[in-house]
Amino acid sequence: MERSLLKITHSNDEITLIFSGELSLYEISKFQKQVDALDLDKIKNVTLDLNQLSFLDTAASIFINNFQKFLAFKKIDTQLICDKEEIQASLELVKNQKSDALPHAKQKNIIEIIGKETHAKYLGFLSFIAFLGLLFSTKIFYLKSVKNIRFREIAFEINESAIKALGIVALTSFLIGLVVAYQSAYQLKIYGANIFIVDMLGLSILRELAPLMTAVVIAGRSGSAFTAQIGAMKITEELDAMRTMGFDPYMFLVIPRIIALMVAMPILIFVADVSAVIGGMIIANLDLGITPELFLDRFNTVIDVKHFFVGITKGPFFAFLIASIGVYRGLMVQNDTQSIGFNTTKSVVEAIFAVIICDAIFSIAFTNLGI
Amino acid sequence: MSIIIKVTDVTTMFEDKMVHDRISLSINKGEIYGLLGPSGCGKTTLLREMVMLQKYNSGCIEILGNNLNYIQYEKAQKLRREWGVLFQAGALFSSLNIAQNIALPLKEYTDLSDKMISEIVKFKINLVGLKSRDALLYPSQISGGMKKKAALARALSMDPKLLFLDEPTSGLDPISARDFDNLILRLRSLLGLSIVIVSHDLKSIYDTLDRVAIIDNKKIVYEGTLDNIASANSHFIKTFFK
Repeated sequence: MERSLLKITHSNDEITLIFSGELSLYEISKFQKQVDALDLDKIKNVTLDLNQLSFLDTAASIFINNFQKFLAFKKIDTQLICDKEEIQASLELVKNQKSDALPHAKQKNIIEIIGKETHAKYLGFLSFIAFLGLLFSTKIFYLKSVKNIRFREIAFEINESAIKALGIVALTSFLIGLVVAYQSAYQLKIYGANIFIVDMLGLSILRELAPLMTAVVIAGRSGSAFTAQIGAMKITEELDAMRTMGFDPYMFLVIPRIIALMVAMPILIFVADVSAVIGGMIIANLDLGITPELFLDRFNTVIDVKHFFVGITKGPFFAFLIASIGVYRGLMVQNDTQSIGFNTTKSVVEAIFAVIICDAIFSIAFTNLGI
Repeated sequence: MSIIIKVTDVTTMFEDKMVHDRISLSINKGEIYGLLGPSGCGKTTLLREMVMLQKYNSGCIEILGNNLNYIQYEKAQKLRREWGVLFQAGALFSSLNIAQNIALPLKEYTDLSDKMISEIVKFKINLVGLKSRDALLYPSQISGGMKKKAALARALSMDPKLLFLDEPTSGLDPISARDFDNLILRLRSLLGLSIVIVSHDLKSIYDTLDRVAIIDNKKIVYEGTLDNIASANSHFIKTFFK
């Protein structure tokens, strides 16, 4: 491409600007600087010579046009020398194109932003409550007759979101058992309280760690999947198609997922219990010299069965929170692709948060009840 | 001729933006009726209101004698079995193949045997011009035109009296689009359907529609046959039907 040049000649109160070559949007900023540097105070006449240009694009035409307007504003006479038809046409096009000013994005102040955000959060909370209300009213209708229960979908979802997660849940809890035992073994050794590792592990794993870790893994694995599946169905209008065919998405998609997870969660927690205790047992054997026989014997005497049931009872509650938040977020997906990612992230974060809150409430309740 | 859809004074607002301002129209039995208008005028919105996917702010819509303002759950479910809806992109269920998509309403709503259902599915697939060998393909494996045909077959699976089509020919090449028009005309004469179409395709508008309503600037600017459309006073009509 031929480069464009600008030659500026001064004489008394006159300036001549001679453009040559191909004037395009790549050259404008350079020329703008040169033009801005001109001292126009005592100038009465400016000549723009475009005859040596071989090409002028629309951006450059806007530049020339703006410069002419600027000179007119300064009350300086302008002559435009231009014989080539294409270049004249390009200048005319720009000059005659009427365009409205682009709207300015309204600047918001901090109070307005906080107010709007809070209001949006409030509306979000209300819509979640409305979702729960609809869920319960559908569920009551749903459970009126055994015929309405969609066993096939529930079985399918149990397989998808729980049975297939058994491996990862077991592995995570195994490692957690390992780590907790390893950390506490070091401390216990100092006091010679080796055998108490059984009490510690038994209580913390059965009551808290196993249910919580299972919930976190399932929220990340299955809760997000619910959001993404239902969100994608919403974007492709599959949910609308279901509604027009008289298939209530709550019956077909929402409730089977929630029931499936509520049924499967206690089983997952049981698996997590077992593998975490095995992890702890290995460390107890290697690090503290407690044989598995001794470990299990001690476990049997000091750990009451109620601790196991406390952990298992939390399962359906956690499952309900994870599944309903996952599904709700899926239904909140708007008609654009960004929205799926946004809502999937939200669903995992909110589900884990809700699970921890719920766990705290359980913790207080069980302690006060003396369980 | 009896009226099967009657829209009276319907007003729709999106937050504070008005989409429909007291729209009224009526659709007769056996008619192919078009909802036309410039982009963003609310044709699809009106269609969605008719099929109970969206609420309107005031006015009333009556479909097959049911007033949608006061309709009860059971009545609504029954009504939903009496119409078929074809969405713009087909909206086939992506987890099911074509045959399962078509069979789904039959499985849910009837106690037909599996053999009978597969007979019906085979008939519907061939009726819309698909091949029987396509039946086991999933929606992700077929072209846009096939998706529309498969979705039409699903919409027809319960033998509805009323069919709603949202831009049936958009995204199809001209030859497939004309085929689709002929298919719609043939189905009307074969099955005695009443059809409501939202469309932009001028050729298919002239070929298929009996009567039209044109929505422009929140109002109905014309309702009637295409013959005296030039008499209407609207910028959209003057430029679109010139």
